[in-house]
Amino acid sequence: MSSILIKSARPYGDDPVDVVLRDGVIAEVGNRLAAPSGAEVIDADGLIALPGFVDLHTHLREPGGEDAETIETGSAAAALGGFTCVFAMPNTDPVADSAVVVEYVYRRGREVGLVDVHPVGAVTVGLAGERLAELGTMASCPAGVRMFSDDGKCVHDPLLMRRALEYATALDVVIAQHAEDPRLTGGAQAHEGAVAARLGLTGWPATAEETIVARDCALAREAGAALHVCHVSSAHTVAVLRAAKAAGIHVSAEVTPHHLLLTDAVLSSYDPINKVNPPLRTGADTAAMRAALAEGVIDCVATDHAPHPPEAKDCEWAAARSGMLGLQTALSVLVHTMVESGLLDWRGMARVLSERPAQIAGLADQGRPLEVGEPATLTLIDPDAAWTVRSDRLASVATNTPYEGMRLPARVVATVLRGRVTARDGEVRW
Amino acid sequence: MASSWRARGDQPGVVSTELLSAADVARTIARIAHQIIEKTSFEPSNAADVVLLGLPTRGVPLARRLAAAIAEFTGGAPGVGILDATLYRDDLRRRPARSLEPTALPDGGVDDRLVVLVDDVLFSGRTVRAALDALRDHGRPRAVQLAVLVDRGHRELPIRADYVGKNVPTARAEQIAVLLTEVDGRDAVLLRRPQEADRQGGTGRPGGTG
Amino acid sequence: MRHLISTADLDAISANLLLDTAERLKQALLGREVRKLPTLRGRTVVTLFYEDSTRTRVSFEIAGKWMSADVINVSARGSSVAKGESLRDTAATLAAAGADCVIIRHPASGAAQRLVDWGGSINLAQRAPSVVNAGDGIHEHPTQALLDAATLRERLGSIAGRRIGIVGDVLHSRVARSNVFLLTTLGAEVVLIAPPTLLPVGVADWPCQVGHHLDAELAGLDAVMMLRVQAERMRGGFFPSAREYSIGYALTQRRLDMLPEHAVVLHPGPMVRGMEIASLVADSPRSAVLEQVRNGVHVRMAVLYHLLAGAPEDRG
Repeated sequence: MSSILIKSARPYGDDPVDVVLRDGVIAEVGNRLAAPSGAEVIDADGLIALPGFVDLHTHLREPGGEDAETIETGSAAAALGGFTCVFAMPNTDPVADSAVVVEYVYRRGREVGLVDVHPVGAVTVGLAGERLAELGTMASCPAGVRMFSDDGKCVHDPLLMRRALEYATALDVVIAQHAEDPRLTGGAQAHEGAVAARLGLTGWPATAEETIVARDCALAREAGAALHVCHVSSAHTVAVLRAAKAAGIHVSAEVTPHHLLLTDAVLSSYDPINKVNPPLRTGADTAAMRAALAEGVIDCVATDHAPHPPEAKDCEWAAARSGMLGLQTALSVLVHTMVESGLLDWRGMARVLSERPAQIAGLADQGRPLEVGEPATLTLIDPDAAWTVRSDRLASVATNTPYEGMRLPARVVATVLRGRVTARDGEVRW
Repeated sequence: MASSWRARGDQPGVVSTELLSAADVARTIARIAHQIIEKTSFEPSNAADVVLLGLPTRGVPLARRLAAAIAEFTGGAPGVGILDATLYRDDLRRRPARSLEPTALPDGGVDDRLVVLVDDVLFSGRTVRAALDALRDHGRPRAVQLAVLVDRGHRELPIRADYVGKNVPTARAEQIAVLLTEVDGRDAVLLRRPQEADRQGGTGRPGGTG
Repeated sequence: MRHLISTADLDAISANLLLDTAERLKQALLGREVRKLPTLRGRTVVTLFYEDSTRTRVSFEIAGKWMSADVINVSARGSSVAKGESLRDTAATLAAAGADCVIIRHPASGAAQRLVDWGGSINLAQRAPSVVNAGDGIHEHPTQALLDAATLRERLGSIAGRRIGIVGDVLHSRVARSNVFLLTTLGAEVVLIAPPTLLPVGVADWPCQVGHHLDAELAGLDAVMMLRVQAERMRGGFFPSAREYSIGYALTQRRLDMLPEHAVVLHPGPMVRGMEIASLVADSPRSAVLEQVRNGVHVRMAVLYHLLAGAPEDRG
């Protein structure tokens, strides 16, 4: 494997140093290092270096949804977005509720080789919420599933959720809950509040999230299990999480970039590009999300990258599918909402984009410190480069980004996975 | 989307000449009233046989004044009404949608009566054509006549007035502005022309849409 | 005016202009043998209805025909709509075929707005059609609010300063939304009267008052607008039973007597007699239900007139 010399990068935003990557690990860190013979030289010239990003929540759509995304295109989008690891949600067709499907996803991810693709297994068979999928078989198969979720649907039956959490303790895996009480969100189209009332969109009340999170925290406490809460969207949920963490419950939580930035005020055009589940909420909620992420009550950022074909979005609001692209815009939205506002420094960015998600999923080789002997898995960022989002220039098959035409700060200059450059200057290194 | 009638006050860059004073306007109306009485053989006994229909905006007060004058001279009051022909115009698509004026026909309608359409200015003849079309949808008058305060020429249709207060030869760029107390606060007829010759072809619409 | 999507887009001047035009059209047509105006000759108006609504569709159709427009009715059944064609493709097809105006009724809130936005992006030889919202989901039904306002103006002489109660299922009512915005723009006070389960969360932001007790409000009202209670709401658990709803919110003879002498009763129809309005009340002289239907035609003529009669430049 060839070597790489990164000149004058600033790890975690600290003072510039040179870094030599060799044989997939960080070989040297110091000043004025010489390039090993045949090494690729990256003149970082003050770029920020962070450990490669880990996304606990990605929809790669393969198998079954290749008109929106494939493991190959999704991996490319991830690499271009600075990610070195993604967790692929199981709501594919067929559903990833068996070893056969999770192994397929895992193997395709390895073949593409741009990012570590970890399949998330379904908690229940067919995401139907009726009986447990074979969690043990999926955990012990070559794909080594670390996380289970019925994402897109809530494991709503409290007895079934209890059993899942209990069962997971023996496998040392985490149950990730899509917290949405379906009895409170029948026909829901938008955050329940003034905007939805005005637009005539049936409300998705924040309490539908809050009550499930409170219930699941109690169940996790009794089971002694690890619970992860997907895409927190409501300020009230933050209060529940804070109390649960203070009580020593093993709960973690993620927030999406869009729930840090966008509010339901954008809904007035009825353009379903802004339709997402959980829905965009109020300015008070986005402020609470930012504060909770900075404080650590919300552990990490996850994209909930959700590609959809044009016909699923270019229609009336009620008929449209929920979800938006996120992999290639996550860093920029984070810089805009968290760094520019002073809520997080670059160490904090490493925490929420890489270290905490790797810890939550129990990954040994992601989210590691940028030190000699650690995996050469990192991302170089130009914090001063602004760019304009153009959906047709994103790597995904689908184009459903809500940030079309927006000017956002910070670019990923290079992504390196175990010593291999996977993306550089906006181009994928296949 | 509102379209309003432009106020007929003095405008910058325009030279105004008074063609008829307030007293002239009064005399002219009286003369037209006499002509209507004569030409329609108007008598108090057949008063209901004659209907004066004013075309908005300034045809309406003119019709009322003519009716009052006829009543004063003969002791018999002809029928008076309003006929808005906007919905029948052939130039609707050339301008923003106009607000409609009321239409009010006298009791008994227009069937078999002699209708005198009344307007302030006769110009292209298109307003009168629209009014004739509108009138047809309201009934079948025995005959239709036309009374105008000013005929300024430039007809685009084969239409002529039966009663004309004053014939005024004009250039197309010139405007005729009829002012009536009920609408404008005073009575007068003005001729307006752009101050500079090269402004011919004009800003603004020519006065008197008919 | 280019489209009519929401009454919130109308300021007092344009709302009054529409009502004045409707009144003038009514006058112009009064007692005539020939109820046909040449005004929209050569204009093509399409009614695109994804929900059954005989009264609204017929009202628009008559309005168009009385103004000599060519009116074409497209319903979800018996067209490509039923074969699963997307709304966008249907809209593009109608535009390409030369429709000057599309009147849309659709079960999804915002469908009319989507049509407007697509019109701006579809590349056509001619300009995109005007869009009239004839009811989109539980969002708005602006021409219903306009005909309600026309009826109130006729009956009460004026709307400014009047207090108007809207009673019933506000949560699922596009009529209520459109009326709240139009009537307040016209200077009325609106009070919504319903059980809390039938009011949207967020109603506090609307420019109106909210009450839960009909009896307490009646004496102060100049008009009461009864909303339809749809059968499926009863199964949704929004209130315990039809009987209990009637006890609290039906307009009975007793409640009619509690209204001031001059007060008017409106209902957008179709009425559920007994449950929401007593038959005697619906048929009483205080009820303006049939005037609402008549005014519906004139209001829709006024809308078509202002959308289609003028110069295209001004419609952009």
